Amino acid sequence: MLTYTLKRIVQGIVTVWFIATATFIAMHAVPGDPLAGQKATSEQIRRNLAERYGLDRPVIAQYGVFLGNVLRGDFGISFTQENRRVNDIIRESFPVSATLGILAVAFAAFGGVVWGALTAIYRNRLPDLIITFLVILGISVPSFVVAALGQLALVDINAWLGFSLLPIAGWGSVRHMIVPSMVLGLGTMAYLTRLMRSSMLEITGSDFIRTARAKGLPPTRIFLKHQLRNAILPVITVLGPAIAAITTGGFVVELVFAIPGLGRSFVQSVQQLDYTVIMGTTVFYGAFLVFMVIVVDLLYGWIDPRVRLE
Amino acid sequence: MSAVEQFAPADFEPAIVERRVHAISRPSLSYWQDAARRLRGNWRAMASLAVIVGLAFFAMAGPWIWSVDPAVQDVDQISQAPALPSTARIVAPTTPWAGVTTEATQSSPAVTNLRLIETATTQTVRLTWDPVVGAEGYVIYRSLYDPAPDRALGLPLGDVLGANLASYEDRLDLKPRRYWYSIVVLDANGERAEYASLSVDVVRAVSVDEALSRGWVTNASALTVGESITLPFHPLGTDYLGRDLLARLIYGARVSLFIGVVAPLLFVLIGIAYGSIAGFVGGRVDQLLMRFAEFVIALPFLLFMILFKIAFGIGPGESGVVPMLVALVILDWPPTARLVRGQILQIRQEGYVAASQLLGAKTGYLIFRHMIPNTLGVILVTLTFAVPSAIFTEAFLSFIGMGVAPPTPSWGSMANEGIRTMLAHPHELFFPAAFISVAVLAFNVLGDGLRDALDVRMRGRE
Repeated sequence: MLTYTLKRIVQGIVTVWFIATATFIAMHAVPGDPLAGQKATSEQIRRNLAERYGLDRPVIAQYGVFLGNVLRGDFGISFTQENRRVNDIIRESFPVSATLGILAVAFAAFGGVVWGALTAIYRNRLPDLIITFLVILGISVPSFVVAALGQLALVDINAWLGFSLLPIAGWGSVRHMIVPSMVLGLGTMAYLTRLMRSSMLEITGSDFIRTARAKGLPPTRIFLKHQLRNAILPVITVLGPAIAAITTGGFVVELVFAIPGLGRSFVQSVQQLDYTVIMGTTVFYGAFLVFMVIVVDLLYGWIDPRVRLE
Repeated sequence: MSAVEQFAPADFEPAIVERRVHAISRPSLSYWQDAARRLRGNWRAMASLAVIVGLAFFAMAGPWIWSVDPAVQDVDQISQAPALPSTARIVAPTTPWAGVTTEATQSSPAVTNLRLIETATTQTVRLTWDPVVGAEGYVIYRSLYDPAPDRALGLPLGDVLGANLASYEDRLDLKPRRYWYSIVVLDANGERAEYASLSVDVVRAVSVDEALSRGWVTNASALTVGESITLPFHPLGTDYLGRDLLARLIYGARVSLFIGVVAPLLFVLIGIAYGSIAGFVGGRVDQLLMRFAEFVIALPFLLFMILFKIAFGIGPGESGVVPMLVALVILDWPPTARLVRGQILQIRQEGYVAASQLLGAKTGYLIFRHMIPNTLGVILVTLTFAVPSAIFTEAFLSFIGMGVAPPTPSWGSMANEGIRTMLAHPHELFFPAAFISVAVLAFNVLGDGLRDALDVRMRGRE
């Protein structure tokens, strides 16, 4: 287990290096002058600005400085928001995104397991058909449409009730988090439901379930101890990619619900071509995703020892 | 005794025993024939296939059937809801109207004989009535609803001051629909409670100049006042700039489906090449190639989509379709490469490959006779599932303003524009969102069907 863990961690570090390098190359390929947006009116000011951002040095030196800074966890100063450090922006907005993402993953995983198990139990009967239909909707409707419709529905519900049951936008209290995290988790939940259903059906047809039935175990016990436990395993494997999907899907939800998260600040920085914020956010996000995938992998290796042997 | 005589010599010949136990009673099917048969039996997959063919037809043949320019803006037709074709009456340009002055002869509480001077058009509604003795003026109201039940007269349009002035001309933002006009007498005590009302059906009207300037006709002499002209028809309504939604959906289908189909095709081809090289060469090269593929997989997909999009940049007048295509291909090839490599490694172990090698088959023959046909099924399924995710990516990028550049329409950018006017004009969001959803759904269901049909191991399973 220790060797496996160490191996995964070393792989993760190399991956983060790769992400940082790709980000650096991509940002250097961006057409246009990084200082054009600044008030570089005279040659002297221009030179001073270039010096401040380190743009007067050769590309290789810039790359070295960038890697060194990434290693120390320092992403520099924002280009458009004067004197704001990228680290501060990340420190402010990441907890918001993380909270939203954790809630969404929890919602998606819980919903996916419950609905998936239900559809498998009621296979080809009415509950199965209804849930399958909803799952298909969840998979095929774009997330921004779901977000907009969710907001619209909330407006109508609030208007109908005559008071604000849940706020339609913004961030701050638990009440702000409920609808955005549900919208964010919906697509993943649909996917997990499908996965859980097929995994559940496969388990139900297997020999050890028949044996359990034959020896007269009560159905609830078979369901909880034998079917559910085994069927959840594949769901855990896709949790890593699911977390990645949810965190990036968070862009849309953060934009629609006006949530001050990392996704929104990334989209803003892209629209304003704020070089340092774009690079910092990308590397940070990439590192975070790599970390999450490693955690899920280790978790899976701990649950299912066969994985470690590969 | 007589029973013996009944036997004939033929009765003592040996019976013919038919031995066809192992005969094949049905034609033998190849893998692809079998898969096609199973796919045809799957009504859901066939329905999705029909939808996909329909969408392709919509995108390809659409511009010939519906030859409206998707870029033409019409500020007078902003955010029109879907409607049936409409016509307008050609009218002469409006001339100033002096109005009607009549001596008041009656003394009823409200005016009588409220009537139209001429046909009410969207240009002008001219009303007149018999004035009342003792009136100091008249207040004119206009309502969209019948004022009778609870005296809801609607919007006060204005008033005419003078007992003998008995006419009013309404030119205020008239729509082709029914209005109720009400006249209230104004005397020394103010407005009276009584009123006279008239329902007026307003006819859509355009002047010759207007028809010319909007480009509906090219020749003024083709128009005669009093006749009717067919207006530009917007079966699915118009968007926030008055552009025809159907035409934009057709061109949007071209962009969205182009990206959705071509990008997966390209990255699947790259993935096949990369994966088969890795799988075939094996050893150190394989490890190196696959390690690199893993790195690319680890890149946060949407972030790098956006990064590459800005790195390529969109010049003035470009649509931004090609940068998106390139970014998609750069980021999306590794899963296919991994899949193909895995398949090839697996097939290399199969007995029939060893048998073929023993019989003297060369590498090229092995690849084209055994490897590729046996991987094609899995690749086809991957391709089908890659299409909806590419369509989604395009829509998502367009939503955050990183997609195709305006005025190029795509379903995603149209949905993004539609969301802004979602409350007032839901059709602008509904149609593009519906097209995205239907396309994504069709490709997903077809992918499921293909997987069931092509994957022998999935046979008999859910």
